[in-house]
Amino acid sequence: MKKLESTLLNMILSLTIIALVSGASLGFMNELTKGPKEESRKQKQVEAIKSVLPEITNNPFAEKIPVAVEGQKDSLFFFPGKKGDGLSGMAVSCFTYSGYNGLIKLMVGFNMNGEIFNISVLDQKETPGLGTKMTTEPFVKQFIGKNPGQFKLKPTKDGGDVDALTGATITTRAYCEAVQQAYDGFMTEKEQIK
Amino acid sequence: MSKLNTWKIFTRGIIKENPTFVMLLGMCPVLGVTTSAFNGLGMGIATTFVLVMSNLVVSLVKDFIPDKVRIPAFIVVIATFVTVVEMVLEAYVPFLYEQLGIFIPLIVVNCLILGRAESFASKNNIVPSIIDGLGMGLGFTFALTILGGMREILGNGTVFDLSLFGQDANMMILFILPPGAFIALAYLVVIFNKIFVKN
Repeated sequence: MKKLESTLLNMILSLTIIALVSGASLGFMNELTKGPKEESRKQKQVEAIKSVLPEITNNPFAEKIPVAVEGQKDSLFFFPGKKGDGLSGMAVSCFTYSGYNGLIKLMVGFNMNGEIFNISVLDQKETPGLGTKMTTEPFVKQFIGKNPGQFKLKPTKDGGDVDALTGATITTRAYCEAVQQAYDGFMTEKEQIK
Repeated sequence: MSKLNTWKIFTRGIIKENPTFVMLLGMCPVLGVTTSAFNGLGMGIATTFVLVMSNLVVSLVKDFIPDKVRIPAFIVVIATFVTVVEMVLEAYVPFLYEQLGIFIPLIVVNCLILGRAESFASKNNIVPSIIDGLGMGLGFTFALTILGGMREILGNGTVFDLSLFGQDANMMILFILPPGAFIALAYLVVIFNKIFVKN
């Protein structure tokens, strides 16, 4: 078959048709993956909450409490973990924009004394192999069981108590900042939530 | 197209005209994502899929696209498949989606894909175009996995997240950092060309 001539009409027609077809197929794919995408995002939050709270009997995800942070457009989210009727811990989803590549989102679990039970990373864009090590156990371990009231959430370089990740001090700083924010929010809101 | 020729088209992309080690195409993802063997493999597979699909479609519609607008037309086709890959990864393989991050949308501007559409698929029929895409894609995947593996071993002491030298081994972090990508790539290019490509 002979190739189409490059006349104006032909060019406009062929580009329009290609764009239409690709637009339509993308719309279709978007519909198709919308459900699973939403599901996987929700699943991630639910799992993160579970991993940072002690034994619970309720579904904290359903009892989400948003708390605005002064001067920030995002807000903290509190997920109360209950055992029977009593509050046993609190998962706080917090964030910071001072990561090496911007946004880092964490889920921090506290018990009612304000001690950190566990931390899980929800979202990050850090350097693979360096900053991403903040998700690994050796790094997270140093936070577990610590109360940020006494445990200074800063890298040792800045006079704090946290051993920074090798080659990722900025990530460590941001991580600490987010945990601190979660702790501060938890402390201010603790009384009201009870 | 004889059988021998099909085989040649297929292996050409893997060895003789390996897009990464020989033609040095699409260096941005090569240097950017290869901090671990797994990332390299994931990126390679995603790119292979886009490459095969875009070659297929381009060879199908090549006669309906006037020469003067062929580049924008190819780019629309490629961008469509990249977006499909992005959506599918986000929905079904969220872990890989997070690891590759910005490099998935950037597959669009990988000159390897446009290069194959322009220089091969737009001049050949469907079957050879698919074979070409598959060969080039596998060559790319192979190169990225090797490079990622080398950087992971030297810089982190692991390969596919399996620890090789124990937890506390002191590794050359440089290799995980951007400069390490250039150093590792340079050595691999030399070795690969020395062994497989004889002038």
